[in-house]
Amino acid sequence: MNAQNVTVTADVTARRRASVMGALVVLVVLLALVSLGIGPVRLSPLTVIDALFGGGSDVQQVIVREIRLPRTILGCAIGAILGLSGAALQGLLRNPLASPSLFGAPQSAAFGAVLVIALGLADVRSYALPVAAILAAFVSVFALLAIAGRNAGLLILILAGLAISSLAGAATALVMNLSSNPFVVLEIAFWLLGSLEDRSFRHVVLALPFIVAGAIILFQQRNAFRALSLGEETAQSLGVDVDRLRLLVITGVALGVGGAVAVSGTIGFIGLVAPHLMRPLIGHDPARLLVPSALTGAALLLAADIAVRIIPSTSDIKVGVLTSIIGVPFFLYLIMRERRALGGGVA
Amino acid sequence: MTATALLTAQGLGVTLAGRAVLNDISLSLATGHLVALVGPNGAGKTTLLRALAGLVPSDGAIHVGGDALSSLPLRERARRFGYLAQGHIVHWPLPARDIVALGRYPHGATDPSRLTPRDSEAVLRAMQVADVVAFSERRVTELSGGERSRVALARVFAVEAPVILADEPTSSLDPRHQIDVMKSLRAAADKGTLVIVVTHDLGLAARFADRVLVLSDGRLVSHGAAAEALSEQVMADVFRISAYRAEYQREAVIVPWAEI
Repeated sequence: MNAQNVTVTADVTARRRASVMGALVVLVVLLALVSLGIGPVRLSPLTVIDALFGGGSDVQQVIVREIRLPRTILGCAIGAILGLSGAALQGLLRNPLASPSLFGAPQSAAFGAVLVIALGLADVRSYALPVAAILAAFVSVFALLAIAGRNAGLLILILAGLAISSLAGAATALVMNLSSNPFVVLEIAFWLLGSLEDRSFRHVVLALPFIVAGAIILFQQRNAFRALSLGEETAQSLGVDVDRLRLLVITGVALGVGGAVAVSGTIGFIGLVAPHLMRPLIGHDPARLLVPSALTGAALLLAADIAVRIIPSTSDIKVGVLTSIIGVPFFLYLIMRERRALGGGVA
Repeated sequence: MTATALLTAQGLGVTLAGRAVLNDISLSLATGHLVALVGPNGAGKTTLLRALAGLVPSDGAIHVGGDALSSLPLRERARRFGYLAQGHIVHWPLPARDIVALGRYPHGATDPSRLTPRDSEAVLRAMQVADVVAFSERRVTELSGGERSRVALARVFAVEAPVILADEPTSSLDPRHQIDVMKSLRAAADKGTLVIVVTHDLGLAARFADRVLVLSDGRLVSHGAAAEALSEQVMADVFRISAYRAEYQREAVIVPWAEI
């Protein structure tokens, strides 16, 4: 084999990756159109496109552009940042079971937000909410990585994550427990289940800047994740500032997940599932998994949010509940697949 | 020797978790040499290698190519040292070519699918020298231990650094592959690279190294050509063994024989 052959085989895999990406973009766009068309008034994708660009009746325009568009934008953005965060954490820790929800980041972000609401420091539409959620998420991921230490194995990470999410859950319960206002408690409880219902552009404005900032930070670290495939020591010897990288990833995940949780409540397991769906198609390169995982996350959350509107039930199913119901069995399947590594205690 | 010294350390000390792992180590190593770093378990061999590459904080001064290591930015350090860690760890099943291409990371080629012609050539050269071209598209997890060690070696060669630091590159390899790896490193030294190899195999050290450094309890206790550095006295004091000594095909032969 010569240099040319090596390049040619690399081109074939590059073409394959490009077609997967193209298919994912088409899927996300289709799901977004379906999401805009579903609700008490059903609209066809063509009507939706028409209304979106100023055609159709006034009613259709209001439904699509003002009532449903914020929900669809949030579904897209939140799904994407969750998928991206999962892929980034898996890249940083070189561990296929890493994800924001297993590390307690959304649970901690929820605690931060709940505390702000319960203390009456802010109403649910102020920037204090995402800021508190982001700070809590940052503290939780930082604490987790500090406790687990460098080169931590699967078992330690998952145990530490379990402890932190339990603590965040207990702290949230305590806040609700001590809260004197039953209406606030009810509001918090519903919001904790995770939902995209009745979201307005105010919510989009609240969350999107943080989500975008987090996504940019995480995406910029992509090539460092690839170098980390060789272990922290070797990555450092190649010129990767591993301590700085950790801090940036924690910041990116906290910004993204905190911003997302502040408007949607906790939506779990998308970050765990998305990279796994992409590995058979894209390969294991942690740098190349980031964007496909984000697109897959967006598709998954849009699909789940469509499903909760279609599934007939007496009361609304919350989208966060649905993602967990699907995500946890998937997690169990991953544990089964990884059990040799888990049992041996080596990552 | 000092005139061509490429890598020097003066009064090097490393303290990890409150324990002095290395004490007052001074050395001066020339370009084009293969240096074996030997010593009992826990003597501080790996720590010395890490300190020389700037991977652990240390006291004292290290100079590489005339520049103080502490004054060099991370990237520039990475261009001067090809560092081969123990165990040839690869966490994801990446194709061998992408692993080797990571050797160009310090040169700004952070994405293996977008290499400049110069980087591509360096990668191909390294793959040819380490003889891994035949399986460049295979995933490293599908390769045998011997093949994987050659991929790891190719990755280090691809850096094209003036100094190669290799931590037990021959451990867990069969005799044939051990010789294979040592010969590749020897060839790199002959082409002007300073190669420092940590090893427990005194036989390989004696045969392939120009100089042997003996480390014991964090101190440099002996150094020089193999026969002197690994004298009977040193073998007894440091390793607490006796050894069979001979010469075969004009190379030094040292075979650890009995405990003392």
